[in-house]
Amino acid sequence: MAKYNNHILVCGGTGCRASRGEEIVANLKQAVADNSLEDQIQVVRTGCFGFCEKGPIVKMIPDNTFYVHVTPEDAGEIISEHLVKGRKVNRLLYIDPETSEHISDSRHMEFYKKQIRIALRNCGFINPENIDEYVARDGYAALGKVLSEMTPEEAIKIIKDSGLRGRGGGGFPTGLKWEITNKVKGDVKYVVCNADEGDPGAFMDRSILEGDPHSVLEAMAICGYCIGGSHGLIYIRAEYPLAIQRLKIAIDQARSLGVLGKDIFGTGFSFDVELRYGAGAFVCGEETALIHSMEGLRGEPTVKPPFPSVSGYKGKPTNVNNVETFANIPVIINKGSDWFSSIGTEKSKGTKVFALAGKINNVGLIEVPMGITLREVIFDIGGGIKDGKKFKSVQTGGPSGGCLTEKHLDIPIDYDSLLACGSMMGSGGMIVMDEDDCMVSVAKFYLDFTVEESCGKCAPCRIGNKRLYEILDKITKGNATEEDLGILRNLANVIKDTSLCGLGQTSPNPVLSTMDNFMHEYLAHVKDGKCPAGQCKDLMMYVIDPVACVGCTLCARVCPVDAISGDKKQPHIIDTSICIKCGACMAKCKFNAISIQ
Amino acid sequence: MAKVKTLDDLKRMREGLQSKISLREKSDHPEKIVQIKVSMATCGIASGAKETMTYLIEELDNRAVEAVVTQTGCMGYCHSEPTIEVHVPGTDPVVYGDVDIKKAEEIITKHIIGGELVDGIIPAAYKTPNEHRNEK
Ligand SMILES: Cc1cc2nc3c(=O)[nH]c(=O)nc-3n(C[C@H](O)[C@H](O)[C@H](O)COP(=O)(O)O)c2cc1C
Ligand code: SF4
Ligand code: SF4
Ligand code: FES
Ligand code: FES
Repeated sequence: MAKYNNHILVCGGTGCRASRGEEIVANLKQAVADNSLEDQIQVVRTGCFGFCEKGPIVKMIPDNTFYVHVTPEDAGEIISEHLVKGRKVNRLLYIDPETSEHISDSRHMEFYKKQIRIALRNCGFINPENIDEYVARDGYAALGKVLSEMTPEEAIKIIKDSGLRGRGGGGFPTGLKWEITNKVKGDVKYVVCNADEGDPGAFMDRSILEGDPHSVLEAMAICGYCIGGSHGLIYIRAEYPLAIQRLKIAIDQARSLGVLGKDIFGTGFSFDVELRYGAGAFVCGEETALIHSMEGLRGEPTVKPPFPSVSGYKGKPTNVNNVETFANIPVIINKGSDWFSSIGTEKSKGTKVFALAGKINNVGLIEVPMGITLREVIFDIGGGIKDGKKFKSVQTGGPSGGCLTEKHLDIPIDYDSLLACGSMMGSGGMIVMDEDDCMVSVAKFYLDFTVEESCGKCAPCRIGNKRLYEILDKITKGNATEEDLGILRNLANVIKDTSLCGLGQTSPNPVLSTMDNFMHEYLAHVKDGKCPAGQCKDLMMYVIDPVACVGCTLCARVCPVDAISGDKKQPHIIDTSICIKCGACMAKCKFNAISIQ
Repeated sequence: MAKVKTLDDLKRMREGLQSKISLREKSDHPEKIVQIKVSMATCGIASGAKETMTYLIEELDNRAVEAVVTQTGCMGYCHSEPTIEVHVPGTDPVVYGDVDIKKAEEIITKHIIGGELVDGIIPAAYKTPNEHRNEK
């Protein structure tokens, strides 16, 4: 085996591949060959590094130089400068947004400093299409240990003691769920991995499956042994082609190695995994709907109990866990429950992966210890608000969650504190908003999503959410009254209390939390007919200040609908009945004479 | 692919594969292991820095010393190339000049393993210029 002195890790995640990542790999390999360095330098395609916004990412090992925004054309220079001459390619280094300094070692970047990687431990580190690299990272050792040295009850105890809770949103204790499924009698039992990931903007589970598919397969087999099942099913949305491809490769390799299939590790235990494809409906992430969808029925939820652990797929006991939940399992077995439970808060152990997005400097995928504050995530890891604007709100929990404010920034992030302040952990979406975001519009955005995604089975969700959306729409158009605000709140509470499944039970949260935290914005829309953030087009008026206007006519010439009139060198006027509020005139005026009112 | 039939099979397999990624694991926490930088500018390469570097990598590996060896730009001591900087955790980095294979062997045995300094130190050059320019 060649002994490489240098590894070049090239991100092969969906984000970086979209920016010609494959060409980068090809060009680097070519440049290595051109310099006759094939036996010294290894080019490796890895999973996502999390810093997708700065991608494509290329990381040099062993000196940890982290190149950002790399293009295929840079490959030659990276080899000839960095590796042949030993000089870093400065123009490809990351620049700290705060200090404007070049930082070459990713370990010194604020984005990575406070992260602890457990579920993402192999993402951006190994080649996900090579089972050897997974094995070299202790892969399948946990499965071997559990099968050869433990009873199912002993293994379940480790998971229980670790304090791991479900990462799919609900936060149910994983060990307890395994124990329940173990105790239910049944000749056939199923292990299901929920890879539906329906939150808009979320890509935690996709990144794990693309970057480290074996960790999920290994955990599913461990789960199978613990509950007494030998069939695994992964329910994954069809629009994740790369994750599906990597999973297929991983399943094939695991079968060849004998860690999936019959008589694993010579213990007589058999387990295999199949893929099932979802069409991408949000409600199909709900476990009962997911199971119906796998059975070929409509993806509609049914009342619990019975819980899937008792009666799930084909009426058999079925243990459903989320991708990220599974990714934690092998590490917990290898390192022990004490190690895992030493990270996090009293009731929320370990780490959580978040997809950090919105008006923030460092957008990306992060894994942080439970108990870290929102402030640390937004201002340290996230690098603060973009363009020096002011922080306004952070949305967690996606369509089921809520909008928190300045006053929540110092609460520790865990399941219970987020619930206590009207939001929730959810599956890990985190969207940061600044002073330019209108909170009524934000609530409307999420309701628009839920109305689309409601399966329609129960009336409160199907009809109620539509009404909520209509009232919100009325508010943003300036046609609502204070009475409407009362109706909005009442209806939101009724939907929460009477919906059949988690979708409807949580869909009013974005409305309620924005009403609780930003009532003044609702009132401004309703009472004063104003949108304080200047987002709601119907409440805006473009006006020209007659004193500042010099009559240059520029604005009148760009207006697409000829709404502006006035003679040369005379103050101009906008006819608001014609104006379509496109903003072109304001952008053009050199004298700052046009403003929004 | 041969199947693994027991946990011991897997352990053996892992041992054989460890070297595939050990370089990546080491660079995750370089401050805990021996770091050596070899000056690989034109002057260094001309005077045999490549051979010295290859020797260092192989010999440290043979003796199971946890180390990362990286190349760096010209350190400014063209008269005494090949130059290397040796940084043993918990001590100050030291720069050696004229490091041929014989000298490299001595540095590994006496300095890195034995903990005593060896002749040929270039004084007061604790940071490579490259590092200064790039790091914060
Ligand atoms: C509307 C709705 C959507 C959901 N979407 C997902 C999802 O995309 N992925 C997921 O893992 N869990 C989702 N869940 C939670 C699942 O029902 C279930 O609780 C979870 O998969 C259990 O795994 P865990 O205990 O490991 O979190 C959703 C729940 C609801 C109500
Ligand atoms: S709450 Fe909504 S998504 Fe859930 S069952 Fe009712 S209609 Fe369907
Ligand atoms: S905002 Fe657009 S439509 Fe309105 S006056 Fe200006 S340019 Fe014309
Ligand atoms: S896809 Fe490359 S860093 Fe995320
Ligand atoms: S036309 Fe009014 S300021 Fe330009």
